[in-house]
Amino acid sequence: MNLRGLFKSADNVLEGSPNKNDGTGKTEEKSYVYECPNCKSMLTRQGVREHDYSCPECDYYFHISARKRILMYADSKSFDELMAGVESENIIGFPEYDQKLLDARKKSGEKEGVVCGRITIGKMPCCIFSMDANFMMGSMGTVVGEKITALFEYATRQQLPVIGVTVSGGARMQEGMLSLLQMAKVSGAVKKHSDAGLLYVVLMTNPTTGGVEASFAMEGDIILAEPNALIGFAGPRVIQQTLKKKLPKGFQRSEALLKCGFVDDIVRRIEQREYLEQLLLLHGGRAQ
Amino acid sequence: MMTKYDRVLLAREKERPTAGNYISNLVTHFVEMHGDRRYGDDRAVIAGIGLLEDEAVTLIGIEKGHDTKEKIECNFGSAHPEGYRKALRQMKLAEKFHRPVICIIDTAGAYCGIGAEERGEGQAIAENLMEMMMLKTPVISIVIGEGGSGGALALAVADEVWMLSNAYYSVVSPESCANILWKDTNKAAQAADALKLTATDLLEMSVIERIVEEPRQYQYDIQNDIFYGNLKKDLLGKIQALESLDVEQLLENRYEKYRKIGRNNRVTI
Repeated sequence: MNLRGLFKSADNVLEGSPNKNDGTGKTEEKSYVYECPNCKSMLTRQGVREHDYSCPECDYYFHISARKRILMYADSKSFDELMAGVESENIIGFPEYDQKLLDARKKSGEKEGVVCGRITIGKMPCCIFSMDANFMMGSMGTVVGEKITALFEYATRQQLPVIGVTVSGGARMQEGMLSLLQMAKVSGAVKKHSDAGLLYVVLMTNPTTGGVEASFAMEGDIILAEPNALIGFAGPRVIQQTLKKKLPKGFQRSEALLKCGFVDDIVRRIEQREYLEQLLLLHGGRAQ
Repeated sequence: MMTKYDRVLLAREKERPTAGNYISNLVTHFVEMHGDRRYGDDRAVIAGIGLLEDEAVTLIGIEKGHDTKEKIECNFGSAHPEGYRKALRQMKLAEKFHRPVICIIDTAGAYCGIGAEERGEGQAIAENLMEMMMLKTPVISIVIGEGGSGGALALAVADEVWMLSNAYYSVVSPESCANILWKDTNKAAQAADALKLTATDLLEMSVIERIVEEPRQYQYDIQNDIFYGNLKKDLLGKIQALESLDVEQLLENRYEKYRKIGRNNRVTI
């Protein structure tokens, strides 16, 4: 008997408004059963969540929102969001951009493509930014650039490390050169934070490309990647079109970047929280 | 009336002078330096030292080449990571010897290729952005033709960015933009309008500081001496003004210039 199609798609089940599952609805969760898109194991929503949104059987990574990602690392109730509620405007009057912003807000449940704040991990304080793939593919416009820049400036003043989780298609076309220049603006703030002797850890997730990869994603003191994430400056389709030949297997994936010397380590999702805690500890992190 | 896309096409004109022409017309005693001390020598980037009147300056240019042989040699002006690292090496030397830096930009974009990715195109660009922001010597960048996205920005974190009146500087090429948004490269002219990529647009948006008027549109040869003479005078004037600032002030101004791009007053922490 073919059971496929009888169950909701796993990705859909895990989506929805960010905080809907917190606190209530636990009994409902247990009753949800769906199959892993990769290994076809039968999973429960709760089981997947307890496994940091990866399949307990095959380590398949479900898509997670920026906010869930932060909550996954943060000590319980420690997340203090900064700059919430700032929204983009159609600053250069780009056609169809207003509608795209409305759609992105609806799809992601967020005001913009990055969530920023303060958290503690193992009681050690740090700043964190986390990009959201559901907001115009994590593209960087002026608000994303401004929020990340302001977060680095705040972290410099507060003498705090920064953890950055990237997922992005690059600079946001609809804001023209103003979005390209965010690469320079953020880089300046990263440099000042770095010159102040403070730690910046990047975790690149699938995909991290274009102007984000070519700026703050590659500027960490320590650069980590999730397994099998697509990471590169040019997208593989563009390269394939330019060269008119097939690209090597595993090209632009985390494992290839590790081999070429561009990431420090590849960290499984289930191990990330502990890994980050250890890095904070090794850089003089003190429990509050 | 010239459209924005007409200017994009003019910026790509084969007859336009390249970075090499600017260097030979602006400075004397030019000594070219090769290599990034890491992997190789990228011919898409020319770097060296010359005398601008009596001031020693570091010059870095993205070169497209003139004939087919040259164009192939310099990869049609699309740099590999080695090119950006070669540029950074020269900039660090400029900082050490207190020489101002002039970057001359003309590129469709950083090269999209297997080797370029494997050797860290993105990392090389990112490092330039960070280092140029805090480079302790004046930097002036001039977009003379194409200013193609991150590959151009990697040499354009500067105290002043100037553009030729028929140059363009854009987050994405109008053709790619039209292809991504409307699946139709024939709508490039519409995309060019939407992207606001001309010198006039960008001056208005404070992305650049100055427009360098081209002599009688694109007939450079006729008034070469006057054109380059004026440009040299303007460069010298600006360099002197930047050199009169103490280094901290210079860097603070540079940081603030980029800091205010897309500043949102509602963002406060």
